[in-house]
Amino acid sequence: MSAFTHPYFVHALLAGTAIALAAGLVGHFLVLRAQVFTGDALSHVAFTGALAALALGYDLRLGLFAATVLFAVLLGALGPRGRTDDVAIGSVFSWILGLGVFFLTLYTTSRNTGNGTAGVNVLFGSIFGLSSGQAELAALVAGLICLAVLAIARPLLFASVDEAVAAARRVPVRLLGLVFLILVGACAAEAAQAVGSLLLLGLLAAPAGAAAHLTDRPYHSLALSAGLAVAEMWAGLALSYSVPQLPPSFAIMAVATAVYAVAMIAVRRPRARVGLAEA
Amino acid sequence: MNWADASAGWSWNPVTDLQQIWAFPFMVNAFRAGTVVAVLAAVMGWFMVLRRQSFAGHTLALVSFPGAACATLLGIGAGFGYFAFCVGGALVIAAIPRAGQGGSGQESALTGTVQAFLLACGFLFVALYKGFLGGVNSLLFGSFLGITTAQVTVLTVAAALALGVLAVIGRPLLFASVDENVAVGRGVPVRALSVVFLVLLGTATAEASQITGTLLVFALLVMPAAAAQQLTARPALSLALSVLIALAVTWTGLIAAYYSPYPIGFYVTTFAFAVHVLARAARTLDSAVDRRRFAGAGAVV
Repeated sequence: MSAFTHPYFVHALLAGTAIALAAGLVGHFLVLRAQVFTGDALSHVAFTGALAALALGYDLRLGLFAATVLFAVLLGALGPRGRTDDVAIGSVFSWILGLGVFFLTLYTTSRNTGNGTAGVNVLFGSIFGLSSGQAELAALVAGLICLAVLAIARPLLFASVDEAVAAARRVPVRLLGLVFLILVGACAAEAAQAVGSLLLLGLLAAPAGAAAHLTDRPYHSLALSAGLAVAEMWAGLALSYSVPQLPPSFAIMAVATAVYAVAMIAVRRPRARVGLAEA
Repeated sequence: MNWADASAGWSWNPVTDLQQIWAFPFMVNAFRAGTVVAVLAAVMGWFMVLRRQSFAGHTLALVSFPGAACATLLGIGAGFGYFAFCVGGALVIAAIPRAGQGGSGQESALTGTVQAFLLACGFLFVALYKGFLGGVNSLLFGSFLGITTAQVTVLTVAAALALGVLAVIGRPLLFASVDENVAVGRGVPVRALSVVFLVLLGTATAEASQITGTLLVFALLVMPAAAAQQLTARPALSLALSVLIALAVTWTGLIAAYYSPYPIGFYVTTFAFAVHVLARAARTLDSAVDRRRFAGAGAVV
């Protein structure tokens, strides 16, 4: 395989696999808990965080993680299970995006090292541009997120499917919700490095949505979501490598969307059964 | 008035400042376009917030980016791309039952995937169109520098048409939004109204995208309306208030952007957010005062 002789491709494969695994696991719970809009908001926050860090002269990843985790804690503190009003979330994140533009201009005009494509890279990702150190760190962090999700998977599943019963059984529902939001924030920051802050919502939602269509059994669906995400990442990277006109983040999104569409068309089931796991 | 006079700084005299700003034809056009967009976005956004269709509005707003990128790639005016994609997107959302109203996990996963895929398509169009990278930022975050008189005319005509249609369906739409079941019972065509409203919302987002950019349209749609609905419960009054807030936010945003190096989108969202926060604070304060007055009068709640 000639692709593996290019270091940039190997780095992208390493980081991409770990990131897709984490996104598939976290995304499954995001869809199960109907918190996709929260994921959307966190992705916008990732953009502002990254550009704020660049404008102030720090590492981009520091800003990504600081902003998303902070916002996740804020959302968790504002409402039970982080479900604040849609309009309130919308207002806050559209302002945060505006703030991101401010930092973008600050970065491109005031720092002489700044380049005009930084904003585009943050928004749409540049997975083929990772160095070996960046790729290894990304893989390590994504691995930690995966382990954390698996560690709380059982109680979190219980709390997501039936909150009232879980609370009665002394499952710490509120704490789990907060920990989960922090994991979503960390995962959003991770995924932003691969597919960009605008597109990471697709990586979170598409494999999980497809998996939820294909099976009702919770652990199967969790494993399927992670497996699909990794397979889609590989297919997307291969596609982008063989057709250089396609940017990698577009190729990954296209494969993920196609898989979701196929899952929806292939498995036509009654809506009631799909909705069963959501409660 | 020569260039040196016109480009002088803020003088704290509103009349001369406005004269300076309006000495530039592009600023006059920006004010005209901004006014049209603010009125349209505030009215559409008011109904959007009332109908709890924020997610649909957000999705429609994002669709305008691939639209503009596709039009640029094909070599036709970006305005056509905005309108074609936004109105098309509105029809698609209208076809999915209950989509865009929050909905369950599965439905919002679908909306999220469609959103991300369309944005990825926009990125692909941009990547295929070489040398377009500088323009991405102005597509995404807005720019008021290049608005031509012809564009202002198109915007005004489209806005007038959209507001005209809304004026015709306004009363039944309000009825259907406030209490859908009763409206159905009275024979109001709720479903048809919903489709027409989504198309109008698509038109509004297509227009507003050209001023604030794709990513920040949502701010102009949601925040003035949300602030106005915090302040009063009477429909006509809060609709008027929403328009006033949007106008104030857009005008101050234009002036601030003229005097500083930062883009207009940042100012519009920041001012709108400030108004929203103030409105919430006023509401909280007001209800606290009410509660105390009731308690003082000896009323038991």
